[in-house]
Amino acid sequence: MKSNMADMVFEGLLRIADDNLILGHRTSEWCGHAPTLEEDLALPNIALDLIGHAQTLYCLACEINSRYKNEDQLAFLRLEHEYKNLLLVEQENGDFGNTVLRLFYFSTFMKYFWERVKIKCCFKKLKEFSEKAFLETSYHSKYASQWVITLGDGTDESNLKMSNAIANLEPFLGELFNNDDFTEMCSQNDFLPEPTSIFDSWKNEVEAILQKGNLDFPDIILKKRGGRKGEHSEAFGYLLSDLQYMQRAYPNSSW
Amino acid sequence: MEKGTEKAWDVCKDLTDPELPFLTLDDLGVIREIKRNDKNHVVTIAPTYIGCPAISVIEEKIASELKKIGISAIIEKSFSPPWSSDWISENGRKKMEEFGISPPHPRKADTIGDSLLKDVKCPQCTSYRTEKVSEFGSTACKSLYRCLDCEEPFDHFKCV
Repeated sequence: MKSNMADMVFEGLLRIADDNLILGHRTSEWCGHAPTLEEDLALPNIALDLIGHAQTLYCLACEINSRYKNEDQLAFLRLEHEYKNLLLVEQENGDFGNTVLRLFYFSTFMKYFWERVKIKCCFKKLKEFSEKAFLETSYHSKYASQWVITLGDGTDESNLKMSNAIANLEPFLGELFNNDDFTEMCSQNDFLPEPTSIFDSWKNEVEAILQKGNLDFPDIILKKRGGRKGEHSEAFGYLLSDLQYMQRAYPNSSW
Repeated sequence: MEKGTEKAWDVCKDLTDPELPFLTLDDLGVIREIKRNDKNHVVTIAPTYIGCPAISVIEEKIASELKKIGISAIIEKSFSPPWSSDWISENGRKKMEEFGISPPHPRKADTIGDSLLKDVKCPQCTSYRTEKVSEFGSTACKSLYRCLDCEEPFDHFKCV
């Protein structure tokens, strides 16, 4: 691979891997705290899937960039500004409704993202991975959508909480669909789809589910951004100190 | 199977899954290919789930068991085509049922990872009057069900 192509693939893999790692970490925070035993099994299982996706993508990134020895270095030993995840995934969980709504937004986005990678991607290993990732993210999207409907269409109080969750996450949705110079380059090289190209499919599905839950579709305009450039919100520092604790305290420790 | 890999295959196929210890890797359809290059055997496995924690245990097990018979092996993961529950053997399905797990339905093109619209048989009393309790059971590959006749909870292996 030519060096400018390698840089592009590395950065692209990091963006997706970081989104999955950070949302996986947030989701894992529910372990032992979910409202019922069934959800206490479901959320950590989803977290495991997300972290598994991140691990595989970090491994591919390490094959391309020899600066990093293994996936743990990428996951646990970078500085805050070196993480390229969306602000959406690093926000605190909030209540259960807020957690499943964010999972619904993100996994529905990733479902359509992988669907496009499956059709076209110049990096063969990622194209192969997308076949499996598509199936798993579809399952997450479906699981979360059922809760969005159940809670939205539940009691006055559960509907209110879901409406609050919609308002709470709204400022972070613009970044999900924001094209930048990098995403344009990825698309021109047939590496990754442009985020805007996913918007219509995503909107159709999300709008239909929200409607079933008597909830209003949010306004999506670019409000908060920075994650893709490594500029994160305050919550992220606390998350990282928890995530990185073991590797910082006991460098190179392994299971 | 490639010539000269029969010995490796004989060892690998009988290894068991750490989370479903009554099933062999052959029952699950996880081993896709064994090839030889100059120095090594290359064993390709298809993970049931990308984040399945059993995979690293399986990789280590394959490598160490092959080493015992003097074969050095490299384990590679393959996601294309993605592992499907259709690859579980008839024997594997029977064993699942004996151990109280309801086996997956055959996959259809329009279903993704669930059996929502189909009847799931209770592995204890064989009743079809069952209901889903949760999308996820004890592991990511199973959902949790309950039998309305014998009232026992049970795991149903997801169709993927």
